[in-house]
Amino acid sequence: MCDVSGDGGGCGADTEPPRRRRAPRDSHPRTCMKCGQGTAALIIRVGDPFCRGCFREYFVHKFRAMLGKNRVIFPGEKVLLALSGGSASSAMVRQVQEGLSREAAKRLRFIPGLVYVEEGAVRRQSPEQREQTLAHMETLLRATGFPYHVIHLEEALELPPSILQPGPEQSSKSGPCGPSYKEAVDSFIQQKRQEGEGESATSLPGHSTQDMPLGPLYTPHLPDTAQTQELLRIFEAVETATAREELLQMLRTHLILQMARSRGYSKVMTGETCTRVAIKLLTNLSLGRGAFLAVDTGFTDKRHGDVMVVRPMRDYTAKEIAFYNHFFNIPTVIVPPLFTKRREKPSIHHLIERFLLGLQEDFPSTISTVYRTGEKLSPDPAKASSESQRCLLCLCGLDIEGGLRAKLPIFHYCATVAASPSRSWAPSPHCHHTCVLRPSAGSTVQRWSGRHRRTRSAARAEGVGDGGNTDPRPSVALLGQVPAPPELGGDPWHPFLLQPRAGRAPPIYWGPGVLVTPG
Amino acid sequence: MAAPVSLQVEFGGGAELLFDGVKKHQVTLPCQPEPWDIRNLLKWIKQNMLKERPELFMQGESVRPGILVLINDADWELMGELDYKLQDQDNVVFISTLHGG
Repeated sequence: MCDVSGDGGGCGADTEPPRRRRAPRDSHPRTCMKCGQGTAALIIRVGDPFCRGCFREYFVHKFRAMLGKNRVIFPGEKVLLALSGGSASSAMVRQVQEGLSREAAKRLRFIPGLVYVEEGAVRRQSPEQREQTLAHMETLLRATGFPYHVIHLEEALELPPSILQPGPEQSSKSGPCGPSYKEAVDSFIQQKRQEGEGESATSLPGHSTQDMPLGPLYTPHLPDTAQTQELLRIFEAVETATAREELLQMLRTHLILQMARSRGYSKVMTGETCTRVAIKLLTNLSLGRGAFLAVDTGFTDKRHGDVMVVRPMRDYTAKEIAFYNHFFNIPTVIVPPLFTKRREKPSIHHLIERFLLGLQEDFPSTISTVYRTGEKLSPDPAKASSESQRCLLCLCGLDIEGGLRAKLPIFHYCATVAASPSRSWAPSPHCHHTCVLRPSAGSTVQRWSGRHRRTRSAARAEGVGDGGNTDPRPSVALLGQVPAPPELGGDPWHPFLLQPRAGRAPPIYWGPGVLVTPG
Repeated sequence: MAAPVSLQVEFGGGAELLFDGVKKHQVTLPCQPEPWDIRNLLKWIKQNMLKERPELFMQGESVRPGILVLINDADWELMGELDYKLQDQDNVVFISTLHGG
């Protein structure tokens, strides 16, 4: 090993262009820039060496500062932590654990619960592998001591239609009617003082295992094969890898939201890192979701009304998370990626990831620049002025101008549609709000496609045809508002599958927000 | 001449999926005229350990962007990256940060 001797020679930071600084061949290990004593273990940002101890302080401080700066989590609130088993969400759970165990004054004050969505069916795992993953996650979840819930992706087939509507906003929280954050914290502290001095194990239910039972012993059991087959059928019917990724994310979000609503959690924390946020920013721009960047990537996401999504890890780069997990032995469970079909072009998500990470190699401030630009976006435009103006699937306010909407009586979709090649669609007689673009509205389709050239070219880049433009009979079903449950067959209404007409094949998910039934 | 070098090579963050799911490997690099450095180690790994899809691990002569390298629990940027000369009993860790959660 190189011997430790003072400061590692100057790298000429000022003279070099923005390329990453490479330590000279015979460099001695550098010292931490913060404490000046410890041997540097990693480089943060562009060129700041940190030792292990200072890095840990920096990491923990960032988490608390993120929560403290945006005062949205009130004391005593129930917060659901979405754990995927990956590095970022595992680091987040560890931060919450550490935060809850500090001395009384500085302790985090909310009540956490954990949720894990098992997606083995669409990640090409065999039933044995799925059970193994579940067993690992089970051990992890138990070890935290928090109440936890495991959901299978197949359960998305049974979501109620209420998931597609935002819940009532909580008016008791901060605002003119409710207590401000400061008042809430003060009253909470006073209440604790009155209850007794010192640390008591019952002060935060769920924090200690003996007070809050974790529920019956969970044995990993997979859903029915029939449900798994149905889920796989839906995913396989999706034509592009991009749409498949979007579908997975949407189903996952809805499942977590449903869990939060049914168990009384008012906040959900997800572990999206700075790197992931930057990638999502550019990906969503390519998908035509430019109007909703702030909601999709900001710290708070209020579109669901009663449940707020919070992203406390969005300031950490993937590198910081990876080093933290390695140094401090954070357990993770890695699963294979979403399946792709043979000879399928990569999704827009993968392309953007590859692009950004590649650029980051040579220009190490790329990701933070994209991230900070995204931070400047304000979420106001995503608020819908009235109930009828929300997108059905993502619950954001529509970004369509009035002119186009006038042509189609009810039009409830915001993201762009790559016009489908001709497939006919028969409207269910009970879906009074769903509309079909008929040949006479061909000009509307033209205009609609023309408005969103970006996505069309992105779709073309994916190898998907946009023959709908030239085809005189394009038929694309745009999802309308959730109608009354159809009486055909008495089946409960499913939010993602329109009730098929008797004798016709059921509809399939074609692209973001588009369902098409084969003729 | 370089004596044979024995190393512990670890993979994490999903990179182990490219190596049969095995995270820790004990490797002994054979004797060769040039001293072993990370650049040569990567070539060796590509030839001898990577079972499939080398483009998911390497790009050119370096690792793919998104894969971190730690040498003896320290960032490889502090050690000289590809030019670091490997010593006996060193520990090299490759952590993938791609499509992580």
